Amino acid sequence: VRIIPAWLREFVHIAADDRQLAEDLTSAGIAVESVQEEHGSTVYEMDLTTNRVDAMNHYGVAREASAIYDVELKKVEPKLPGETADPSAPAAKSTSPPVGITVSERDAFPILIEDAQGCARYTARIVGNVKIGPSPEKIVKRLELLGSRSINNAADATNYAINELGHPTHAFDLDLLEGGTIIVRRAREGEVLKTLDGVDRKLTTEDLVIADAKKPVALAGVMGGFDTMITERTKNVLIESAWFDPATVRSMAKRHGVHTDASHRFERGADYGITPLACDRVAELILQSAGGELRVERIDAVARELPRLTIPLRQSEIKRNLGIDIGEGEVERSLRRLGFAVRRTADASTPPSASSGSARDDNSYERTDGDFSVQVPTWRLDVEREIDLLEELARIYGYNNFPNTLPGFSDAVVELPDEPKNAKVRGTMLALGYDEAISITFISEEDARAFGGSHSTKSALSGTPESGGSLSIPACEPLPVANPLNDESACMRTSLLPGLINMVSYNLNRGTTNVRLFEAGEIFQKLGDGHDERRHLGFAATGHLTSKSVHSAALPYTFFHMKGDLEELLAAFQHQSLSFDANVPEYFHPGRAARAVMDGETVAYFGQLHPDHAAARKLRQEVYIAEVMLDRLYRHPLREPRYRRISKFPAVERDFSFVFDDGVTFERIQSAVAELGLAELQSFVPAEIYRGEKVGAGKYSVLLHAEFQSQERTLRDDEVAQWSAQIIASLEKLGGVLRAQ
Amino acid sequence: MYTVPKLEGYSPEALDRAVAEMFSALDSETAALQSEAEWKVLRDRWLARKNGVLTQINDVWLKAAPGPAKREVGRRVNELKARAEAAIEEAHSKIHASSAGALLAAERLDISLPGIHRPIGVKHPVLRVMDEIVAVFKAMGYSVGEGPEVETDYYNFESLNFPPNHPARDTQDTLLIAGQEHKPSRDRLLLRTHTSPVQIRTMEKQPPPLRIVIPGKVHRNDPLDATHSPIFHQVEGLAVDTNITFCDLKGTLDHAMKALFGPAVKTRFYPSFFPFTEPSADMQVSCIFCGGKGCRKCKNSGWIELLGCGMVDPNVFEFVKDNGYDSSKVSGFAFGMGVERIAMLKYEVEGIQLFYEGDVRFLEQFA
Repeated sequence: VRIIPAWLREFVHIAADDRQLAEDLTSAGIAVESVQEEHGSTVYEMDLTTNRVDAMNHYGVAREASAIYDVELKKVEPKLPGETADPSAPAAKSTSPPVGITVSERDAFPILIEDAQGCARYTARIVGNVKIGPSPEKIVKRLELLGSRSINNAADATNYAINELGHPTHAFDLDLLEGGTIIVRRAREGEVLKTLDGVDRKLTTEDLVIADAKKPVALAGVMGGFDTMITERTKNVLIESAWFDPATVRSMAKRHGVHTDASHRFERGADYGITPLACDRVAELILQSAGGELRVERIDAVARELPRLTIPLRQSEIKRNLGIDIGEGEVERSLRRLGFAVRRTADASTPPSASSGSARDDNSYERTDGDFSVQVPTWRLDVEREIDLLEELARIYGYNNFPNTLPGFSDAVVELPDEPKNAKVRGTMLALGYDEAISITFISEEDARAFGGSHSTKSALSGTPESGGSLSIPACEPLPVANPLNDESACMRTSLLPGLINMVSYNLNRGTTNVRLFEAGEIFQKLGDGHDERRHLGFAATGHLTSKSVHSAALPYTFFHMKGDLEELLAAFQHQSLSFDANVPEYFHPGRAARAVMDGETVAYFGQLHPDHAAARKLRQEVYIAEVMLDRLYRHPLREPRYRRISKFPAVERDFSFVFDDGVTFERIQSAVAELGLAELQSFVPAEIYRGEKVGAGKYSVLLHAEFQSQERTLRDDEVAQWSAQIIASLEKLGGVLRAQ
Repeated sequence: MYTVPKLEGYSPEALDRAVAEMFSALDSETAALQSEAEWKVLRDRWLARKNGVLTQINDVWLKAAPGPAKREVGRRVNELKARAEAAIEEAHSKIHASSAGALLAAERLDISLPGIHRPIGVKHPVLRVMDEIVAVFKAMGYSVGEGPEVETDYYNFESLNFPPNHPARDTQDTLLIAGQEHKPSRDRLLLRTHTSPVQIRTMEKQPPPLRIVIPGKVHRNDPLDATHSPIFHQVEGLAVDTNITFCDLKGTLDHAMKALFGPAVKTRFYPSFFPFTEPSADMQVSCIFCGGKGCRKCKNSGWIELLGCGMVDPNVFEFVKDNGYDSSKVSGFAFGMGVERIAMLKYEVEGIQLFYEGDVRFLEQFA
């Protein structure tokens, strides 16, 4: 919306210059977004909030200025020949109309409102014998400044009036209306209306239309009809100035996909009381620019009255909500300037009745001196409650004139239960060298299905160990978006991996070959009629852990870096057992991926992305991915550090060189030794592994390093020798051949 | 090499001569030392308990001395021992300093070569800013709250005083979950368009007084480009008590902005409109780049719009009235800010999409 300050000054005397006025209006909530100079005039570009449709015009803004500066607002009084009636006088009411039908009293041109819900009031005037032509220069220039094109003097009159008073009106070519009547009704099935934009619109029974005796001639409150519009041939004009129901107009505008200046205003609530004035003002403008004469008196059909709310306002509430007292005089002055009728209830002979729109009932209403009874003007449909009045007072008082204070408060700060765990996970991943990333929450349906199986509720139990193959995992049902941005964003993510893989790919495509990223966030699935969302951690890596340098060769990131990082992370959570097996979803490399099972429950999958998946995404190097089900991990408390005394006695080390068949995994070796239950065995790790000709195909040699130590004493050679013999015996049972000790 | 002679006599002159000869020999031996190994040999020959030179002197000079001379010889031998030990120790210091110096010189590195890096990961700039904001409010006594990203229409709109079919809903560009048409409209699922639903969720669980800060991710139906994103982050705040006023809202946010951007920053408030607050306000801070003088960043206005806020609308309290939120007894304020916007301002990031691409060249700048 644009506002011309010179136009405002026709209604109110403003001492401030245009720039100061813009600032003062903005401070009061009538936001001027920019001030421009165009053709020697100042023009404001406004940024009004949706609730202030009443200020989307010059008179409305002038009213605000009158409140801000506490100066008189001039009345708009159209001068019409032979008319003395005050346009603000009570509207003519129909006497006992047929049920559901409202007919205006003036039968010279009957107006029937069949739908009182959709149209509360319809005011009209007829101007005859007009000469359609160009508008006067002043009107053309103003419309131009506002960014609209001059059409003809009759159409411009309605356009000028909407910018001046804010009320949408419409001008029909009277001679093209058949049957000498206007009917406001719902459209009939199959009716078609060609609107001003030239589009043939199929109407539904939910559409509210203006019709003549035979056909619809306008989409109520949205757009006029093409066939009844004003043209150069028009001789007689019917001016429509009506009040249409916001919800009705809104649904029609939505249904037909049109948004007009008129619909915008009706949707937000137009001024019920202004229809006669707006009608007269358009008539005046047409008479001035197109000549002609008024044919009949103003026709004003009222189907229903809109209640004018009366709201009690308590001084104590001003203090309680706003924090300061605003003087009685200032309360009255501010509200009156804004068009509210204010009465001090202490002076009144009767207490104000609690109106239907009041937020409070009579019981809570505590009458004291200085309380007010405030009647809301017809143009302020946004003001319904006492608190709304407080906002009016606050903005005219000036938000920045309120002091800044801090509230007193006494209550404990409560941390979210998972907060320390989230912090631990993020801190660990950052310390391990992964950069934190955020990906878009949506993925394609294909990815949602491909990656969504790994954490569905049914796969929570550990699978059969050592089956070696890929696990058949019940797929979770993706949660689709009804109005997605595109096909690639059709579903809520069921896994963090597609997003991470995309980001790795993004980096590789830009020549960044060493990437480590993590993301902690929610994943989603459909669950019956509802949904389920839970927290996961994803991380991904590719390329080198450290690049080649003068100090050392490049160190490629491998499966075991990922495993080590994951172990580092899992170690932060208290658990009895942690094991790894090869039961992984099929998007992993079957031989270079693993599942982590903590206390019998799967908590993570990790490893190399399957080469087929990598190829499909044009990833030219090995990419490692991991997904940790944080919701499951978080069922474990964070591990509390525990101190153990450092032994004062020396440790004894022993090495064993064995040859095993390839089928004997380190895990089996480790378990076999663990089963011996040697209390003094402090560590047992593989030190070297060799595969090649020297040991033959299908076998490998391994150097195993054992460390014994006691808390109580120095170990004797004979007991270490006995434990070593036990270890050797248990490994020989696995088929191992001892080569050296 | 020095061998211990028999004493020629026990006169003071004879003793002086013998001692001088011995020291002259020791001096020339230490002067000839080339390495620490040679020094060790010398030390062992002179100081060894078994048959070392000093032990021999003890035997040959003192033990052989006749009774009357013993006292004087004994004094001389003790003195000589102390001097000889000191001289040998001094010789060690010298030889050690020169050989160690040579070794260290050989071990010298070019310390101007670059260091070996084991980089730690970098916090995402948006979450880093979000953490900072949350920390400011935690320090002011706010608890942290959270809620689901997929919400019902009830929590996202209805209970926040957005009636069905209301124009205010249009501004939200809501993404909806498919297949919800069979449900009553308030139960239909959608992607929360703001973190405000957590206000109601928290008030349902916890009676007043209440002070929470709610960080979280929200969604809008906006394709990703430099100025729009289908996801972004907000930090929401809510305080409810029997004594909360509009002045408290202003004071709290003014304090928070000073904690975030420095004590020189100023705030100002303008009337605005949000369905769930009344009165509503937009808050601006004095430009954090130019200090309010006017620059490109603040479009020469000296001010930057940062957040929306207001007093909790009584209609919102109405939805949680049963849990102690009677609007005639309690009042509250709420505020919400976009984290990306603040991060973009703070780090001068020109496009919002940069936050979601995972480009490590971008992310690693925020180390």
